[in-house]
Amino acid sequence: MKKTFLTLMVMFLLSLAWVGSASAQDANPPTDDEVNAIAKELFCPVCENTPLDVCPTEACKQWRDLIRLKLSEGWTEAQIKQYFVDQYGARVLSEPPRQGWYWLIYIVPVVLLLAGVYILARAYQSMRATAAAEIVPIEAASQSPASRDDEYLRRVEEELKKRS
Amino acid sequence: MLADFGFGVLVITFVAALYSIGAALYGHFSKRQKWVESARLAMLLTFPLLTLASLTLIYLLVTGDFNVKFVYEVTSRDMPTYLKVTALWGGQSGSLLFWSWLMAAFATAVTLRKWERDREFLPWVIVVSSLTIAFFLLLNIFFENPFQRFWQTFNNVEAYTFRPANAIPFTVQDGRGLNPLLRHPGMVIHPPMLYLGFVAYVIPFAFAVAALITGRADDRWIRLTRRWSLVAWLFLSLGLVLGGRWAYDVLGWGGYWAWDPVEIAAFMPWLTGTAFLHSVMIQEKRGMLKHWNMILVILTYSLVLFGTFLTRSGVLSSVHAFAQSEIGPSFFIFIGVTFVSSIALLIYRWDLLKAEGQMHSMFSREALFLLNNLLFMGILVICFWGVISPLITELLTGQKVTVGPPYYERAAGPLFALLVLLMGVAPLSAWGHTAVKSIAAQSGMELEKRYVIAIAKLMWKPAIPAVLVLVGLLAAGITNIYALIGLTFAALTASITLYEFWRAARARGRAQGENLFLALWRLAGRNRRRYGGYTIHLGVILMAVGIIGIEMFQSETQKSLAVGESIQLAGYTVRYDSLAQFPASDGRLVTRAVMSVFNKDGQFITELYPRYDVYSDGQPMTIPGVRSTLADDLYVLLVNWEGVTSQIAPFKVYHNPLVNWLWLGSFVFILGTLIAAWPEQEREVVPAQARKAKAVYQPGD
Repeated sequence: MKKTFLTLMVMFLLSLAWVGSASAQDANPPTDDEVNAIAKELFCPVCENTPLDVCPTEACKQWRDLIRLKLSEGWTEAQIKQYFVDQYGARVLSEPPRQGWYWLIYIVPVVLLLAGVYILARAYQSMRATAAAEIVPIEAASQSPASRDDEYLRRVEEELKKRS
Repeated sequence: MLADFGFGVLVITFVAALYSIGAALYGHFSKRQKWVESARLAMLLTFPLLTLASLTLIYLLVTGDFNVKFVYEVTSRDMPTYLKVTALWGGQSGSLLFWSWLMAAFATAVTLRKWERDREFLPWVIVVSSLTIAFFLLLNIFFENPFQRFWQTFNNVEAYTFRPANAIPFTVQDGRGLNPLLRHPGMVIHPPMLYLGFVAYVIPFAFAVAALITGRADDRWIRLTRRWSLVAWLFLSLGLVLGGRWAYDVLGWGGYWAWDPVEIAAFMPWLTGTAFLHSVMIQEKRGMLKHWNMILVILTYSLVLFGTFLTRSGVLSSVHAFAQSEIGPSFFIFIGVTFVSSIALLIYRWDLLKAEGQMHSMFSREALFLLNNLLFMGILVICFWGVISPLITELLTGQKVTVGPPYYERAAGPLFALLVLLMGVAPLSAWGHTAVKSIAAQSGMELEKRYVIAIAKLMWKPAIPAVLVLVGLLAAGITNIYALIGLTFAALTASITLYEFWRAARARGRAQGENLFLALWRLAGRNRRRYGGYTIHLGVILMAVGIIGIEMFQSETQKSLAVGESIQLAGYTVRYDSLAQFPASDGRLVTRAVMSVFNKDGQFITELYPRYDVYSDGQPMTIPGVRSTLADDLYVLLVNWEGVTSQIAPFKVYHNPLVNWLWLGSFVFILGTLIAAWPEQEREVVPAQARKAKAVYQPGD
């Protein structure tokens, strides 16, 4: 009995909260900022690469008004976005959905980047294998004309030591 | 008539370019220097000829000959003369002509130099440059002729190069005029800068190809083109910065960079160009990375063409637009052929380009430069794929998608942060190399450990200010982890770089008895490349601070205001005082609001005048009112697209912290590039004995 009462009580309170938020929405129409926050994440379906919040065309103004309307009807951001995707296709999203062929867009750069890291790591490794034998060559390298610069750095370094 | 003359000149230039290719090849293979010289003269001729063609078009533009289609498309009677001149690059065909003109100027400048020492390069430099010029002329002559005229035929008016049967010339009353967005000073000089950067990169590529074909494995081609690459890089950077500034000033979205494919098209050659700029130093000093440098310069050339292709072919609006565009397929073929044949050439010469030196450690300068290259290439891959993948998935699925800023920011952000850090650490490794040897003397430690110790020893002092910055940021209540990492890296790199300047200047100052500033000045003069480079690094750090500021901390709000009402944002209050509408001298209708700005304490700071201009053709342009300080920008837009009445007007206010550092940084950046690229007399090769005697180092050099 007590349990049922508690459950009812909670449900009643929740519904109150819900009614409260709904009526609050009625009292305050969505602000420009709320509209823009969603429009910012959508791309204009007609202009190329222009976010909806800053697109000056008449069509985009109507789309923003549509967002305002949907917001005042209590739609969530996700619902509104889905609505635009259903109407105009995935191109209105600032990023392609993670599904099907679109995975290519996300995976390829990662694979290529890892390949780059791998190649670099291999280069370092092969160099490290010979590193033990390299101590002498380092000294030799600084004598070679190719490293005149190092010779110069060494002099600067010496000079600094003398004077600091 | 004059238009026909211009077209005739284009055709003659095209023939001259083709001739110079043929003569250079014939001269080379038959070993007749005369023919090579003839090829050189033919190429020299392209510049005056293209100057003539361009001046003809400019004349038509300025005099407003609306019989010519291009003149009709980009000018109108009410435009001021300087805009009529710059309208040359305001449309497709004119900008292609402008491209070839600049290219011819650079090719001429190159072939004017003394060639005695590098005679074997000459024919191939001519072939590559002339081929590039010829290709662009081909586009102009066969697909996008800027001298096309309107003809009244039996049933309609159309543009043709040659007069159709029974047609009479048709002249339109007034032109359509230049797109208002392109009338901004930033946009007037932004394209020439980019184009200069683009065409200048053809020169290092031409020399690289020449070196590959002639089989010269040394770094002569790099030394010859070092300044060209720097100049190309300077112009490309300037073009990018000006483009960003233009976007910030006139596009009315409160930002400077939107990861638009058109922007990325210009950014990609800059990325490979920057990687190239760094890795050539390793080839010059150690004789390593020869293959890699070739790949980079080939990539840069291809990306220059690719960037022009992307922006000019219409492929970006849809893969299908590409097939319809007239120049798209030829561009595609030209890029493909030049890329594949240069790579084939590189593979053919692969064995010749063996490295002379070897890497010693993961922290050696070579290794860190390679890491730098990896990061730049990583960003390139992200950019390239971001532009290309929507086209590929459109082919696969038939549906267009947008790859927008979130993709780029998430992927490239960390790489940029690492680059900033590397910019500080890598220069130290040069010193580390010598320090490592002294450590080795005392211990049998592993090389890697010795490097770490050496770099740590050099870094701890400059690291103190960075730690202080981090503590300061935390104390100021900043909790954005990305901003904390970014700003700390920036502070560390800045303090290391400044410390480097100070150390060297102090050493020189003490030795030569000069004061610190004089020492610094002379130091930079004697070793322009190093200190120019460090100056560029400082510029980049300042830019990074600006970028972090606006990217991480930008806030915005929008509200419709009645006169007297105000908006609050980031401690500022912006009050709407009045609105006025008046015509400007060039036919624009200006709608201008007066806004008062108050600070946190309610004190009046300044007045701002956001406005929008409507041009006679109905095109609007939104100009923000901006209050700019070193701490932040207050950027107010009159949001004309939401409908403005005299009673109520919608305003959008952006608060952009630190963004000014982006522009300041770019000045420092350009200054550094100028220091590095400032002409020096080319040192002639001197016998080793003489060099030894001459190589006098001054402390802190």
